[in-house]
Amino acid sequence: MSDYRILREPFYQPQGGEIALYEAAYAARLPVMIKGPTGCGKSRFVEYMAWKLGKPLITVACNEDMTASDLVGRYLLDASGTRWLDGPLTTAARVGAICYLDEIVEARQDTTVVIHPLTDHRRVLPLDKKGELIEAHADFQLVISYNPGYQSLMKDLKQSTKQRFIGFDFDYPAAELEADIVAKETALEREATAKLVKIAHTARNLKGHGLDEGISTRLLVYAATLIKRGVAPVDACRMALVRPITDDADIRATLDHAIDTVFA
Amino acid sequence: MHPQVQTYWYELDCGFKQVAEVFEECVFEALSIFNRAQMKAYLDAARVLGKLGRGPEPMLAFLEEWPSVVAAVKGDPLEPVMNFVRAMQKSPNGLAIAPFLQTLAAVARRLPSLDQLQGYIDIARDLMARTTGSIHGFQQTIPSPGLPEFFAQAPRLLDLLSLQGLRNWVEYGIRNHGSHPERQAEYFRLASPDSRAVMQGERHGTLFHDVERQLDLYLRALWNEPEVLAPYSTIYDAIRQPVPYYDKLGMRVPDVFDDAHGPLGTVRGIDRYRAVLAHMVGHRRWSAPQIADNWSPFQRMAVEFFEDARIDTLLMREFPGLGRIFLALHPKPVEGACDPETTSCLRHRLAMLSRACLDPAHSYRDAVLNEFVANFHARIDAGTAAMAELALAYVARTRRQSDQFARVHFDNTVVSYRDDNRQLWKFIEEGDEEEAFDEPRQLTRQEVDGLPPRHYPEWDYQTQTYRPDWVSLYEALHPSGSAAKIDRLLAKHDALAKRLKRLLDLLKPQDKVRIRYQEEGAELDLDIALRSLIDFRCGATPDPRINMSHKTSGRDIAVLLLLDLSESLNEKTPAGDQTILELSQEAVSLLAWAIERLGDPFAIAGFHSDTRHQVRYQHIKGFSERWSDDVKARLAAMEAGWSTRMGAAMRHAGHYLGARQADKKLLLILTDGRPSDIDSPDERHLVNDARQAVRELERQGIFSYCINLDCKADEYVADVFGKRHSVIDHVERLPQKLPELFMALTR
Repeated sequence: MSDYRILREPFYQPQGGEIALYEAAYAARLPVMIKGPTGCGKSRFVEYMAWKLGKPLITVACNEDMTASDLVGRYLLDASGTRWLDGPLTTAARVGAICYLDEIVEARQDTTVVIHPLTDHRRVLPLDKKGELIEAHADFQLVISYNPGYQSLMKDLKQSTKQRFIGFDFDYPAAELEADIVAKETALEREATAKLVKIAHTARNLKGHGLDEGISTRLLVYAATLIKRGVAPVDACRMALVRPITDDADIRATLDHAIDTVFA
Repeated sequence: MHPQVQTYWYELDCGFKQVAEVFEECVFEALSIFNRAQMKAYLDAARVLGKLGRGPEPMLAFLEEWPSVVAAVKGDPLEPVMNFVRAMQKSPNGLAIAPFLQTLAAVARRLPSLDQLQGYIDIARDLMARTTGSIHGFQQTIPSPGLPEFFAQAPRLLDLLSLQGLRNWVEYGIRNHGSHPERQAEYFRLASPDSRAVMQGERHGTLFHDVERQLDLYLRALWNEPEVLAPYSTIYDAIRQPVPYYDKLGMRVPDVFDDAHGPLGTVRGIDRYRAVLAHMVGHRRWSAPQIADNWSPFQRMAVEFFEDARIDTLLMREFPGLGRIFLALHPKPVEGACDPETTSCLRHRLAMLSRACLDPAHSYRDAVLNEFVANFHARIDAGTAAMAELALAYVARTRRQSDQFARVHFDNTVVSYRDDNRQLWKFIEEGDEEEAFDEPRQLTRQEVDGLPPRHYPEWDYQTQTYRPDWVSLYEALHPSGSAAKIDRLLAKHDALAKRLKRLLDLLKPQDKVRIRYQEEGAELDLDIALRSLIDFRCGATPDPRINMSHKTSGRDIAVLLLLDLSESLNEKTPAGDQTILELSQEAVSLLAWAIERLGDPFAIAGFHSDTRHQVRYQHIKGFSERWSDDVKARLAAMEAGWSTRMGAAMRHAGHYLGARQADKKLLLILTDGRPSDIDSPDERHLVNDARQAVRELERQGIFSYCINLDCKADEYVADVFGKRHSVIDHVERLPQKLPELFMALTR
């Protein structure tokens, strides 16, 4: 169990009242949904809250091939016959952890239905294969996150799933704050991080015009880390900010130009 | 006449009155450049030209132009030029000698080495040799229609094109208009659209067309101000070059920017575009229009310089790297380069000030200037009105009587990336001219029937280039007939339809598919798990793949059927009673019915062509239409006629198919012969164009497949479509074959 505890305080810079709001939600054990573009701090926030509340955190990265049994558990064969193995959701419900399903829309809709009984007043998890009904631990809470921006039309949550959660809307922090965050995270001087943020904003303007997503705060942190290690800022930005997000030659040229003019 | 000139005049041995009038002047000019031997050669050559029997023009042109030619070119150009003149004289093109000599000096200034001039003459010689016509193929008798036009345009062409570009442009003209005298003359006069398009393609510099998307992204990304960009042509106004500007219709920029080479390094064409756009965006952001009625033109010019400098400074504050581009493009006027006693120096003063505002490292010593630069920086955030005040103060402080002079110092004062500032001014009164009081003329818009044509390029396999905007394609809805006819056809093929239906049911997407033998899966596959367990208990190695999982599988394919409706469809089949057109109708009806049952998005269109100016593309069924009576009626009215220009139709079909959202896109082409048209005598040309069209479509992710009814198709169809074709030998079996083929393709 101690594997899932978060021992050191993760750095998290609040953007508004989200910490207090989350604490209120947790006090009522309401399931929470966090939306926002990639790399804006969703997972970091959940980690921070788990630390703050002193609860273990079980994270599941969802994907298309994930099935209900990957969440709930399955029978395995061993020398004496079959043996049941709890899935991450079951474990969390038993021990009273915060279960964090990251990028939930990547999972197929029929898979996500298994979380329904856990997320309303019942707070139970039926294991039909095993014939067991698990009452969720008093500390158990479910958190999901997804990115409403880039997925296809096909990938969305069912209404019946959506309406079981309270929602937090995350976005990239305002320019000043984002520069502070990058500066604090990497110890790069504030002036340089402000420039990085400026480049990120140019790319975010292009969202929907050939870019699925703008440059995330996470990438800014990568770029700042490289600069801190002595890489020339222009090279670091090209490597960390531009090359990962696009193969489009025109966009690349435009962003490269932005970098050149910002770090002139 | 001067006695010396008199001697030369005798030497020239010429009786033309027109020559006598200008001779003295020409000789004086020549004497200032030529030594004795050159002078003799000059007069000898002129004498030869006078005795050609072509009137006074060649001699006159030579006498007047030659000194400047020699001055411009390093080396002695007389020999090659006279050789070429002799060659023209021997051919029927004697009349082109005068135009050649008349523009020679202008050409020589643009081609300042002997090699280059020789290159130019070679191009002209090639043009002459290949466009001089002969009646029976023996003796050249008809002069080249393009040659004199070419000489007249040469200086302008060389302004815009490199020698290689000129060669390509001439080559295109010879090959595509060699056999049509009027077209050829039009082409070389730069009067036909394709001639201008080809020239545009060969120009040096950064073409707007190539960087349009990048500039669009630039505006959006760095400034978050998307705007319509429209290029204006820089070809025609050699003297008054248009300046970038913006209005409510969008931003206007030149269609090409050459790289700018300055003392501070080279600025690439794309960066010049960016500088122009940034400056205009800056005006839009930070400039407020000023009322101009009470200010003199000088005052307005000063306000413009100050405001432009303010905008540039603000832009550089936003993106410091722009400063490098601005400073490299901004002229650096030299202090004291303008003499205030003889010339109007206001422009010069303002350009210096503008430079000093942008460039902290300027080295101007003028105290007033430096004082105003400091003031400028202090007021930078105060807005346009404050800047205008400062500008007026500057004009008043530095005013000189000579500012009124007509001779204006222009050198080093033009800032190429700045717009014309038309948005900076507001006029309360329209003007006191009489016409200003007239009502603005209302333009009546004419309604057009039908859509305007779309232009498509065509691939020329001989040069491996595209002919730009070569084909005009008109699209329309196919006229309707009686839907009942199609129903009767379908009824006739009832038995076949039943068989197809069984096939279709097999093809229909099954949503859930079980995948067995998975090491990791959703569920235990009990049969296999038990077997493994038994193996395990028996001590054998068990199969670990005991899980199974489910997969959803669907079809996502968009199909467009392109029908060749050319004249040959009216032929009867070998068996006799039906035309190929009727058989195609049956086949297409069955196919459409089958695809409707499958539920794939499906469209039908027909095409035929009557030369490159008239390719007709007719919609029979759209993607979103059902297989309804409307569609059947259109199909029933299908008629055959004209020729088969396949490439353009395929490109247009690709345009529609490309816009569909589907995993797979299929373009089915039903045709009965090779691509051909009456204006294309070379059989291979349209075949190669069609092949190129297939490749273009492939690049867009569209799979083309040809169903050919021509039993001799093997000669060419593989060239065009590779393996993606079927030839149907028994045309009678088409109604059965076509749906089967489709199903086999999409299984």
